[in-house]
Amino acid sequence: MSMYSLSPLLASAISAALPLIIVALGELICERAGILNLGLEGMMLMGALASFMTVTMGGGLFLGLVMGISAGVLSSLIFGFVVINLQANQVAAGLSLTILGAGLSAFLGRSYVGFPAAASFAPLPIPFLKDIPLLGVSIFSLNLLGYFGLLSLAGVSWFLYRTRAGLTLRAVGESPVVARALGLSVTRVRYLAVFFGGAMAGIAGTYYSIAQFKMWQEGLTSGNGWIALALVVFATWRPMRVGFGALLFGGVTALGLYFQAIGLSISTFALSSLPYVATVLVLVFISRNLETVRRHAPAWLGKPFYDDS
Amino acid sequence: MKVKSLKLMLLSVFLLFGFNIGARAAEPLKMAWIYFGTPGDAGWTFAHDTGVKMVQKEFGSKIETSIVENVPESADSERVMRELASKGNQIIFATSFGYMEHTLKAAKSFPKVKFYHNTGFKSAPNVHIYNSRMYEPAYLAGIIAGHMSKSNVLGYVASFPIPEVVRNINAYTMGARSVNPKITTKVVWISSWYDPSKERQAAETLIGQGADCLMQNTDSSATLQAAADKGVYAFGWNSDMSTIAPKAHLASVTQVWGPYYVKVTKAALEGKAFTDNVWGGMKEGMNGLESINDKIPDSVKKEVEAKKAQIVSGKFKVFSGPLKAQDGSIKIAAGATFTDKDIDSIKFYVEGVDGQLPK
Repeated sequence: MSMYSLSPLLASAISAALPLIIVALGELICERAGILNLGLEGMMLMGALASFMTVTMGGGLFLGLVMGISAGVLSSLIFGFVVINLQANQVAAGLSLTILGAGLSAFLGRSYVGFPAAASFAPLPIPFLKDIPLLGVSIFSLNLLGYFGLLSLAGVSWFLYRTRAGLTLRAVGESPVVARALGLSVTRVRYLAVFFGGAMAGIAGTYYSIAQFKMWQEGLTSGNGWIALALVVFATWRPMRVGFGALLFGGVTALGLYFQAIGLSISTFALSSLPYVATVLVLVFISRNLETVRRHAPAWLGKPFYDDS
Repeated sequence: MKVKSLKLMLLSVFLLFGFNIGARAAEPLKMAWIYFGTPGDAGWTFAHDTGVKMVQKEFGSKIETSIVENVPESADSERVMRELASKGNQIIFATSFGYMEHTLKAAKSFPKVKFYHNTGFKSAPNVHIYNSRMYEPAYLAGIIAGHMSKSNVLGYVASFPIPEVVRNINAYTMGARSVNPKITTKVVWISSWYDPSKERQAAETLIGQGADCLMQNTDSSATLQAAADKGVYAFGWNSDMSTIAPKAHLASVTQVWGPYYVKVTKAALEGKAFTDNVWGGMKEGMNGLESINDKIPDSVKKEVEAKKAQIVSGKFKVFSGPLKAQDGSIKIAAGATFTDKDIDSIKFYVEGVDGQLPK
């Protein structure tokens, strides 16, 4: 495989991985606080549509981003109210959020189908770095949201393991009872985590509608919210591994398509199942050591907590 | 599976609220359509919806139309059709391949209701089928690609290896090679009808392999958008997609269902039920090549027009000899043509297509 063909392959893998990284990191924070939000797909679609509508109405890119984030946050806060205040079942509430987001965005977006975004986040190559072979095209020529995705990997890792707030968050996910006894406000921490998850989903949605596809179509995110959910488990709730997992998934998908394009005689069906086979293999690999999984999985994940403060 | 259950729930919502009722009058003819997606796909369902709008405009208060969106290709579709039939709809259009068996079952219980199934191959006394020969405009698109390609490599983002898709790939390649024998076509299969992310990745991969004129047999416009971003050309599919990427868009291969729907409605209003099985093409106006880019030289446009005239008059048939398969063996001898049955069972690549056809 020459450098010439490897470079677009890597670029394709990374551009597919970035929105997954963004939305999965939001979910990771949420789950680390003990909240399982299955509504990623719905929140992303709302974010994608809101930003696209804003840009179409002439609001400009940054207002579009703000509206995308707001739509994600707003839908996540509805979810937060239902599962944190009303202590509803998180799985059911999350699924409803996905259905709501998919249906509502399809309905509201009817008249926005069939034309390109009025403005879009263009690639911003970094001087000098962009000329590095291989990495120049794939990592140093991203758009603004792409860079944000890369930086947020480092940011979330730092927050989770190096700050007091990160420790508080993890404590709430491990044992809200103990956290509560220490005088921490479980409700507040969980709300903030849900808020963050919604904002990241909104950004990922915006990435799809006005940075990558530059258009609106019903179901634009094509199930990537579910892949992001799987990535969080895949990464055993550790941010850097989310990045690795997203890249692996995007890379193996790109590789399967690449093998077809160069006419390698492997069954197409085998090739298109590659990403899933790879995922299963890695899951088997990490489950070898149950201790690791148990140590990193938030113990209180998905369980409601009655905060009497 | 998740998508499916989602559609199920959406379906129930649509069943409650989604009946889009047209104008009312004294005993109008009640007609219904069931869609696999929503018009928001800007492709397949949008094309059908455009046809329905044409019927509504043409007949106004003489008819009453209902539409049910997001109907899965499962036993649910049968349930929806039964419900529509028992609500007094006299004509029901099932607009996706996967409804075939369910349409036949529902039709058995309602012998007085006329069912029309899109893209299937099984009919019954009250089930008639209709489809469009998309390979004809795909061939014309190939002629344009053959002239516009600089790398002599075409790309095709394909869904599933069924005859319908394989013959479109062949027709596109044959059209291109009829004007430029150096052309080869690379194909990437994504195992889905609608997956913007994967369609885009497939398009990027093809472009990375040198393809500079892309075509797709999938339902979104992601391929076209990817081509626009990378500065190469692509075509629209099913619906006119020229507004998505005016510079990269060479032309759109479109489905045109309106005239057929009008014909069926007119016959029913006159009391003569429409009972033909229709496999129409450019001649019947059931598809077309639209919004041809101004960038394309006039000589090429004229060539396309001439070929179109030959297709319409029946002088030229796309699948006629001499035609060689990928391995060089003769598939159609000079002077011979494929019958409709042959065309409907094409499971080989023609000369010029790269790679192996998935089995």
